[in-house]
Amino acid sequence: MVNVDAVRKDFPILEQVVNGRPLVYLDSAATSQKPRQVIDALVRYYETSNANIHRGIHTLATRATDQYEAVRGKTASFLGVSNPEDVVFTRNTTEAINLVARAWGDANLGAGDEIVLTLMEHHSNIVPWQQLAARTGAVLRYAGITPGGTLDLDQVRGLIGPRTKVVSVMHMSNVLGTINPIAEIAEMAHAVGALLVADGAQSAPHLPVKVEQLGCDFFAFSSHKMLGPTGVGVLWARRGLLESMDPFLGGGDMIAIVRQEESTWADVPHKFEAGTPNIADVVAFGAAIDYLEALGMDAVRRHEVAITAYAMDQLSSIEGLRIHGPGRPEDRGGVVSFEMNLAHPHDIATIADGHGVAIRAGHHCAQLLMRHLGVPATSRASFSIYNNNNDVDALMEALEHVNRVFGNGSSRAAV
Amino acid sequence: MAAPEPQFDDLYREIILDHYRRPRNRGELAEPTQRVEGVNPVCGDEIHLDLDIEDGTIRDLSFWGSGCSISQSSASMLTDRLKGCPVEEAERVMQKVRAMLMEGADPDAEIGDLEALEGVAKLPVRVKCALLSWNVLQEGIRQATTAA
Repeated sequence: MVNVDAVRKDFPILEQVVNGRPLVYLDSAATSQKPRQVIDALVRYYETSNANIHRGIHTLATRATDQYEAVRGKTASFLGVSNPEDVVFTRNTTEAINLVARAWGDANLGAGDEIVLTLMEHHSNIVPWQQLAARTGAVLRYAGITPGGTLDLDQVRGLIGPRTKVVSVMHMSNVLGTINPIAEIAEMAHAVGALLVADGAQSAPHLPVKVEQLGCDFFAFSSHKMLGPTGVGVLWARRGLLESMDPFLGGGDMIAIVRQEESTWADVPHKFEAGTPNIADVVAFGAAIDYLEALGMDAVRRHEVAITAYAMDQLSSIEGLRIHGPGRPEDRGGVVSFEMNLAHPHDIATIADGHGVAIRAGHHCAQLLMRHLGVPATSRASFSIYNNNNDVDALMEALEHVNRVFGNGSSRAAV
Repeated sequence: MAAPEPQFDDLYREIILDHYRRPRNRGELAEPTQRVEGVNPVCGDEIHLDLDIEDGTIRDLSFWGSGCSISQSSASMLTDRLKGCPVEEAERVMQKVRAMLMEGADPDAEIGDLEALEGVAKLPVRVKCALLSWNVLQEGIRQATTAA
C-alpha cells in the first residue's frame, strides 16, 4: 500500500491553511499537486542544464538534449513499450488529440466517413472531431451510457460499421469514474479497419497503463494530472503511424532540409515537435514518472480504490445525496461526482471552500454528459496518492454543513 | 482540536435562501415589451427576464432560469425591488448594487433587501453569479430605451 503519511510530506503545498482550516485538496482530477522531487527537478534543470536542445554543440546543449530525450524513453517504458520514437510531447492531452485529428484525420477521412465517440467524453475529445467533421464532411456518431453509468457497449458495437474510420473514447471518465474497456472497443474498431484513439488523461495518473494490452492506436495524456508540471502532454502512437502522417505544425526542429519553396521533414517524433518545446517541464515530468513508479502503479490503484470506497460509503449516508457513476469502487477511478437535494454544486463548492476543502463544481468540460444526466452541473471530489480518509471526513463535515444551510425543514440560514 | 468556525457563513443569509426557495415574480409576463436572457458560460447559470416598460416605468417584470442560490436569489430580489419603479430609479439601484458587489461599497439604503448580497463581494468567483440578472436587466433597459 501507499504510505500516505510519508507521501504527504513530499507535497509542500498541502502544508497550508485555507480559510482558517488545513487545506484538503480533492480536485486532483482537474490537476494534481506536485511533489518536491518534481519541483526540485525543475529548479535543478534551470540551475545546471538549461540550453536549447537538438542543435547546440556545446556541453549544456548536449546535457539538456540528453535529459529531454531520456524522459521520452521513460514515458515509453511507463506505457510498457520500448520505442521512444513513438512518443510525441505536446502541450497537453487536448493538443495531442488535435494532432491526431489534424495530422491523421485530414488525410484519412472524407465525406460520409464516420467518427464514433461517446456521450461521456470530455470536450477535448469532442471538439477536435467536430472540427475534423466540418473540414471533411465526416459524420459524428455518439454511443450512450447505461443507467449503471457504464458505456453502452451494444450501442458502440452497433455504431461501428464499414464507414467508421476512427473511434475515440476516454479510458476513464473524469465525471463518472467509469473505466472503459478500451481493449474490447479497439477490437471492434480494428474489425472494420478503423483506428482507436484512447484519451488517457484520467487513467494514466491512476492505473497501470500498458498501451499494447489496451490495443489502442493512439494514447493521449497529460503530465499535470500525474504529479508533473503543466504544459506537457503526451501522444503515443502505434508503430508506423507517425511515419505515415504529415506534420501538424511547421517550424524549427521539425525539418530536415528547408528550401525556398518547400522543405523535408525531420524523422519521427521530431517532425511533430515544431519549435523549442517545453524542455524544463518535460525534464521535471520525468521526475513525476519516477515518483509514481517508485510507489508502483498497482499500489497507487489499490490506494485510490480504498479511499474511493470509503468516500462512497460515507457520502451515501448523507440525506438527499446521490452519487453518479458505477456503484462498485473497483469499477471506477478515484472521482466521486454527486448531487445534493436543493443545493447547487457552486453553493456546495463555496461552503466546502469555507472548510478548506477544495472540490470541483461545474460541467467538468462534459456538457453532453451533463445533458444525459439531466443536471446543469455536478460537484466532484477526486483523489490522489496524498489523500487519506481524514480528507473524506473533512468533506463530510462540509457536506453536513451544506445540509444545515440548504436542507429541507430548516429555516435557519447558517449554524 | 477545536476547528475555527467555517468561513462564508454570512454569504448564505436567510433572506437569500428564502428568495432561492420561494422565488418572487417567477414565470413569464403575458405581454412583455422586452424579453431578455443571459447565460454564464462558465457555470451554466441562466436568467430570463420579461419586462413591461412603458412611459419610463417598469410596470411589471418577471424572471425564470436555473442556477445557484446566489444567481437565482439575486434575480428574485431584483424583481421584488424594481416592480413599478421608474427606469431612472432602476438604473440607480443597479449602479449601487454593482458598486457593492464589484467595489465592496457599503450597501446603500436604496437597494433594500439586496444588501443581503453584500457577503458575495468577498468572493470574486461568485460575484458573476449575483451580477447575472443585473446584466440582463441592463440589456433590457437598453433595448427599451433604444426602441422608445
